[in-house]
Amino acid sequence: MATKVVMEALSPTMEEGRLVEWKKNEGDQVATGDVIAEVETDKAVMELVARASGTLLKQLVAAGATVPVASAVGWIGEPGESLPDGDGAQAAAPAAKPAAKPAETGAASASAAKPASEPVAPAASEEQAAPAVTPSGRVKASPLARRIAKERGIDLAGIRGSGPEGRVIQRDLEGVTASAGRPGGPMATRQPGPPHRDVPLTQIRKTIAKRLVQSIGPIPTFYLTSEIDMERAADFREQIKVTRGEDAKVSFNDLVVRAVALALQQHPACNAWWQDDHIRYWKASHVGMAVAVEDGLITPVVRDADLKSLWEIGAEARELAGKARKRRLTPAEYTGATFSVSNLGMYDIEHFTAVINPPEAGILAVGSIAEVPAVVGGAVVPRKRMRVTMSCDHRVIDGATGAEFLRTLKQLLEHPVALVL
Amino acid sequence: MSTTFDLIVLGGGPAGYVCAIRGAQLGLSTAVVEKDKLGGVCVNIGCIPTKALLHSARMANVIAHEAKQLGITVGEVSTDYGVAMKRSRQVSEQNSKGVEFLMKKNKVTVIRGTGTLAPGKQVKVGNDVYTAKKAVVIATGSRVKGIPALGLEINKTTVISSDEALFLEKVPASIAIIGAGAVGSEFADIFNAFGSSVTLIEALPRILPLEDAEASDAVAKSFRKRKIAVHAGAKVVKADVGPNSVTLQLEVGGKTETVTAEKVLMAAGRAVNTESMGFKEAGVQLTDRGFVKVNPKTLETTAAGVYCIGDVAGPPMLAHKGSREGVHVAEIVAGQQPHPIMYDNVPSVTYCHPEVASIGLSEERCKELKLDYKVGRFPFSANGRARASNETEGFVKVIRGAKYGEILGAHIVGGHASEMIHELAVARENEYTVEEVDLAVHAHPTLSEAIAEACLDSMGRVIHT
Repeated sequence: MATKVVMEALSPTMEEGRLVEWKKNEGDQVATGDVIAEVETDKAVMELVARASGTLLKQLVAAGATVPVASAVGWIGEPGESLPDGDGAQAAAPAAKPAAKPAETGAASASAAKPASEPVAPAASEEQAAPAVTPSGRVKASPLARRIAKERGIDLAGIRGSGPEGRVIQRDLEGVTASAGRPGGPMATRQPGPPHRDVPLTQIRKTIAKRLVQSIGPIPTFYLTSEIDMERAADFREQIKVTRGEDAKVSFNDLVVRAVALALQQHPACNAWWQDDHIRYWKASHVGMAVAVEDGLITPVVRDADLKSLWEIGAEARELAGKARKRRLTPAEYTGATFSVSNLGMYDIEHFTAVINPPEAGILAVGSIAEVPAVVGGAVVPRKRMRVTMSCDHRVIDGATGAEFLRTLKQLLEHPVALVL
Repeated sequence: MSTTFDLIVLGGGPAGYVCAIRGAQLGLSTAVVEKDKLGGVCVNIGCIPTKALLHSARMANVIAHEAKQLGITVGEVSTDYGVAMKRSRQVSEQNSKGVEFLMKKNKVTVIRGTGTLAPGKQVKVGNDVYTAKKAVVIATGSRVKGIPALGLEINKTTVISSDEALFLEKVPASIAIIGAGAVGSEFADIFNAFGSSVTLIEALPRILPLEDAEASDAVAKSFRKRKIAVHAGAKVVKADVGPNSVTLQLEVGGKTETVTAEKVLMAAGRAVNTESMGFKEAGVQLTDRGFVKVNPKTLETTAAGVYCIGDVAGPPMLAHKGSREGVHVAEIVAGQQPHPIMYDNVPSVTYCHPEVASIGLSEERCKELKLDYKVGRFPFSANGRARASNETEGFVKVIRGAKYGEILGAHIVGGHASEMIHELAVARENEYTVEEVDLAVHAHPTLSEAIAEACLDSMGRVIHT
């Protein structure tokens, strides 16, 4: 009589668990107490142990799948044993094949000690992360997707499929151009492929999101403040003015936008959208900048700010702000930001907090630059300082993550030469 | 009885009971709250009993008009709506019992009574309070609704809805049906076959207004041949409701017409059941159109942990769309990541004779969207099996993208259209093009060959016409 392997409640509050990795393959011998899988609960990754000895006849769920507590994830029994209906009617046949292997040696314990690094079944939730190429090299794609790819010269091997079993379907090719899917094409400044990466929520992220939303409302926001020394940035602006002329001048805001764009590239965890059941991590830094208009504000977007020079950013920012004030922005110009900046420095506001513009996960509030007493080399001297406060959606960004981003931002602004490299 | 469940479903119709079964399959402790019979409108006063009556209607027509030609001698043919009605009730009864059995088999608890939603994922039934650990699913469905603006309140004697039409003991001598969508067209077919003088009235320019124009025209032609008076583009301007008859004044194409009938069947408009069930208090918001507001991906309402499926979650108001949503939500609640529901790939079927089945876009819609498309057609009059079965009415029409051959829409009119549409539903779900549909060998002789031929026709390669 085969024994069911069930998802056990490994923490008092656990309602479901994500089977991270199978530690035993179908056909492996297991003894009571052996670790057969790793399970991520709402709190940690724990071990699921066998409650019976025999052969792992069937894995009912793929690694990566989330299943409720008490539901079956596998069967332990004797090789060739037929399994009950429902959970594994068709399981007996596939189980028979691998089960024949350990019989060759008869050394059951030896195979039980197999290293855990054996390849596991592809994870259901990871299907979307990998291109839809089967081990035999065949690309899984719908007939329609094949035709579209052929006509546009797209190599399907480079495309991540979102259909059943990771199959490439029509929607996966939306916006994909010929060079995108083709390996060895001209090297772009950014890695080819889709503009973002969707990552399903882990159990711990789900729990964090649930608890924080209960605590302080739909966007659980926290704030991080940092004071940045802007002496060098001010010098830097002067130098540009002197060497390149009044026309090529750069504003503090341009420096901040550029620094934010670069810092986001180093901290992609902050360049993300909260999407309810997953988090979308963007490749490009599309920086929104809040612009006050007659009866409100709007946030035009400097797209691909990480690929643009300070001057390009400056010119674009001024054009967008002008259009915003004249209400001439097109929707494409004020949507799609991955992170925003709100600057009230010109109003002499020392320090404030800005409201997150969902689904973005963060916004940076920039205060005025003022000369304040600072300790430099043991002496109190006047220094130009600027206080910035980052509002973070805690479902996406944790305290330390946000702090690391701010540290990078501070370094960039305090060493502005990095902004033109 | 326990008062705590993982999943509590409010409503035991085709959306709710399927959601409950799928939830139970995934190991959730599940309860369904139902105030009436399991199976909802569909099983008891909708899809199922009308199909029983339509079968009677079709048989009556075949026996009366085709028997002699088929080599069968019958005497005087007469019909009895009361007998057909009773049979349709038995069929509904069997189906409702079947759902009850499925609840037992899957260990779903059935709570009898009217459920009211309460904050904190709770459901009140009478004095009992039930709590859902994971989710409450609203599946409260919809009901018939008259058009009071026309002065035609449903009085259940001379002005009736499908609810009453399904329980008539005898057929009215004459009936005017307002609304020529699926319900109106099916009842027109039924009452006509049972000897009633039928007038079918549609405000929009053609009957079955949501279908492809060619499909509408084919059914209108067939109806007129059977002496059903079809008035499309007709506005009811006045209604005199008497004790034994109703007189309607219609405006059709600038002219005024008067129709007097023993009964009027209101077959337009349905209202969703959202009132006095504690939705607002529990934080469940409605859309401007009165449906429950849901996240289109997860079907979660504005109240956390409360989901909504079926008619009450928005159009199309079809049993099979509700069932699919039920499965989807059960899987989400159980922690799975189901594939998205393809709302543009839900078949639409009208079961009058000839049947009309469609999926995807109509040709009119393709034009509106300025799509580059090609049309392939194949008439059943050119299909061997259709000729052999005396079912030569209708056609298959396939609309494909001009560039890639994807199936933008498909429309079937014919005796068995409802059974044939799924080949194209599978094709679309898997993004097959017309070429793959034709490449699959179709048995000969079958009506389905017409589908392959229509696909070939769209590529200019039709064999049999």
